[in-house]
This record gives sequence, structure tokens and C-alpha cells, in this order.
Amino acid sequence: MVGMATAENFVLAIGTKKGLWLATSQDRREWSFTGPHFLMAEIPSVGIDTRGGRTRIMVGVRSEHWGPTVAHSDDLGETWSEPEQGAIRFPEDTGAAVERVWQIYPDAESRPGVVWAGAEPISVWKSTDGGEHFELNRGLWDHPHRSDWGAGYGGAAAHSIVVDPAGDTVHVAMSTGGVYRSLDGGTSWEPRNKGISAYFMPDPNPEFGQCVHKIAADSAVEGRLYAQNHHGVYRTDDNADTWTSIADGLPADFGFVMLTHPRREGTAWVVPLKADGERIPPDGELAVHRTDDAGSSWKRLSNGLPGKEYNSVLRDAASVDTAEPAGVYFGTRGGTVYASADEGETFSEVIAHLPDVLCVRAAVVAGA
Amino acid sequence: MPDITVVLPGVLQPLAGGQSVLTAPADGPVTVGQLLDSVTAGFAVLARRLRDETGALRRFVNVYVDGDEVRRLQGLDTEVSPGQEVLVIQSVAGG
Repeated sequence: MVGMATAENFVLAIGTKKGLWLATSQDRREWSFTGPHFLMAEIPSVGIDTRGGRTRIMVGVRSEHWGPTVAHSDDLGETWSEPEQGAIRFPEDTGAAVERVWQIYPDAESRPGVVWAGAEPISVWKSTDGGEHFELNRGLWDHPHRSDWGAGYGGAAAHSIVVDPAGDTVHVAMSTGGVYRSLDGGTSWEPRNKGISAYFMPDPNPEFGQCVHKIAADSAVEGRLYAQNHHGVYRTDDNADTWTSIADGLPADFGFVMLTHPRREGTAWVVPLKADGERIPPDGELAVHRTDDAGSSWKRLSNGLPGKEYNSVLRDAASVDTAEPAGVYFGTRGGTVYASADEGETFSEVIAHLPDVLCVRAAVVAGA
Repeated sequence: MPDITVVLPGVLQPLAGGQSVLTAPADGPVTVGQLLDSVTAGFAVLARRLRDETGALRRFVNVYVDGDEVRRLQGLDTEVSPGQEVLVIQSVAGG
């Protein structure tokens, strides 16, 4: 929903290492919090589905003791539901078990009820009932490359899912494995990493095996996506057939976050970290960088951010909303969350001293 | 017929209808896996908390038979006999 910010309510979901916090706001400056929900459970993924006039929050919940699941709430966290037999589980013949749900991605308005999930071990899932039950995508699970996909430090997972709202193209990014594309809604998959470097491999330009940290689609240009890689920031204009570097102008090409504007062409945000071996903001100075020209240039945005910050920002610990102007949100592993109601020009602290922030999602919901 | 009892930690009792002890009738030895199948038959969420979808005991769930953790015995194939008590305890984990 797009409209004046004052006529809307905003919902912010913050998943951490030890539970979920939810917040609502009418102006994106003052926030009213509830939580922790699922205290002591890790929340690596959260999705807010506002399609059809209903606000459903779906969370990937993972207890060290009791395992992973996906729960959902239709009343902003007052009550949570989980199917008796579980929302997500591998078919028996796979011999696999879900370790962690890394991504929950509501599909387009035109496909109500469809929700995608990315999980560890590397797998993609699709729900057609609003995230209550997920089915394994067999095309990717049975892909002949699967045995060669590897694990990054955080585990081997499909962490990014980008679905063409008007067609059957689906892009998935995994660490490590790279970008895979399906042109038939997820039935078959091909690697699409030409131009993306994998400096940590014997062949630095392999067909697959890249450690892509996050991909996001340009909402206004068909076939254009952006990627934050494990060193390297890229853009494709041909539906991922080829990628070109857009890292010039950034203080570092390492990082995890990649966000795109909900409507405007060429606009994306990253949060650079110094390097693989030094995962802190460059010089310890936290800043978001935004491009308004598809990566030809970048603007450093740090107004309202702390002078020194030595915590990193993880791949899903950032989000944009769909208001005008778009809101930008992110959280650190130090447990601080920042929000901007003006596309990153100014930030303010929303909450601090939480456990490590693993995921952040924001949405505009109908005003009360 | 004597029962085999399974004692749950407090955190799992809401998933067993508030019960702290579940019982399974047995007329002879059964494996721990069969025992868990039996006592969680009516409690699907409890079953998923203890074991993943392959049937494996979750890493930080410990099951004790007469004071021995079953991973040091025969795992879920460890046999228990009528009259014995099985303890489910979460291990020390987390940060």
C-alpha cells in the first residue's frame, strides 16, 4: 500500500538471537514495542504479509533444543499458531531435516497465499496457504550441483528468493553456490553467476560456487537485479545472464545487505563492511550507502548513526517499507535498530541493547 | 500390565496436555524410539520438539534410561523394560 505516511500504520519486526520484538508506529519515529516473543529462540527469518488486507507475520523460529519451525500470527503477535505436523519438513525420502529457516518471502499481490521460504540445508520451499505449510522445491533439491554447494560460516542455506511479480522467473541466492535462476516458476534451475567473482576458489570465475550474500530486484526495471557478494557488489540488466561490478564509489565491497526501492528505478542501499577478515564498518564508522543511478555512484548516509560502531549488519537485518518516501531499517549484531523515514537521509535509533539482530522487516498496514 | 514411564521437563509439559509423566503400557521390552512413538502419538508438536523429521533425536535433547544417556547406549534402539523410567532432559546449550 502506498500513501501518505500519516494515514498509515507501520509494523516493524525484529528477529534476534533470543527472540522476536514487534513494534508499531504511525510516524516511523515513535515506536510501541511488544516482546520478546519466543524468548530464547533464535529468529533468523521473518516475513510480513499484508496482501488481501490482512497482516500476517510469519517467523522462522529455531530453538537450540527443540528445533526449527515456522509460526504465524494474524493479530500482531498476540497469539501464534503452528500446524500440529509442522509448517516445514523434508519429505521422508530425502533423509534430510530442516536446520534453520533463513528466508520467508511473500509472493506478489497477484499470487495470494503464495509464500516462499529458503532454508538450511540449501533448499527452497513454497507455500500456497499463506505460510502455514511449505512444500520442498524438488527442482532445486534434486539439482546435480547440490552435492558441490558448500557452507559459509553461518551454514549452508538458500537465503535470497526474488520472484518476478508478473512472470515465472525466480532467482535464488545461496551461500555458497551463488545465484540460480528458474524461468518456469521453480521447476528447473540454472546457475547464473557470470561476472561474479569467487576469489576464494581455485578458479575465481566458476559457473557456480560463489558466496553471494544477498540479491534484490529493481522494482522498476525488468531483468535488473543487484547483488552484495562476499567481496563484490554487482548489477545485472539481463536477468542475471551477466553481472557487472558496481562497487566503485563504495568504501568497501564487502557486506551482507542489499535493499532496493519499492518503486523507483535505480535505487538501492548497501551497508559496507571493511573486509572478509575485518567485519566492521570501515574505520568503525557505520554508514548506509545509497545509489540512485543503479550503481554508477553512491551516497554515504550516516546522519543520525553513531560515531563509532564495531558491530556488523547481517544480510536480512535490513528492510525497506513501501511508503512514500520509503523507510529504511536495519539492526546490528550489537542489538541496536535504526530507522529512516526519508530513504536513509536521516536515521534515528528505534531500540537498543537487544540480542544480536538477525532479521528486520517493515511494512505499511492499513491505518487504525 | 506394568507401564513404562517417560518424565518430561517442565518446558515441554504444555505440549503434553500439562502432564509431567507420560506412560506407555508394555508387556515386554521396547526400544526408546518405539516408546517415544507411543507416548507422543497424541502430541504431534511434542514429537517434533524431541526428534526431527528423520526421526533422529535432536542434538540437545537427552534421554536417560536408568541414569545413562541413550547416546552412550544404543541410541533410540536402546531397550527399556516395563517398570523402568525414562527421563527427557534438555542439555546445557545456548549462549
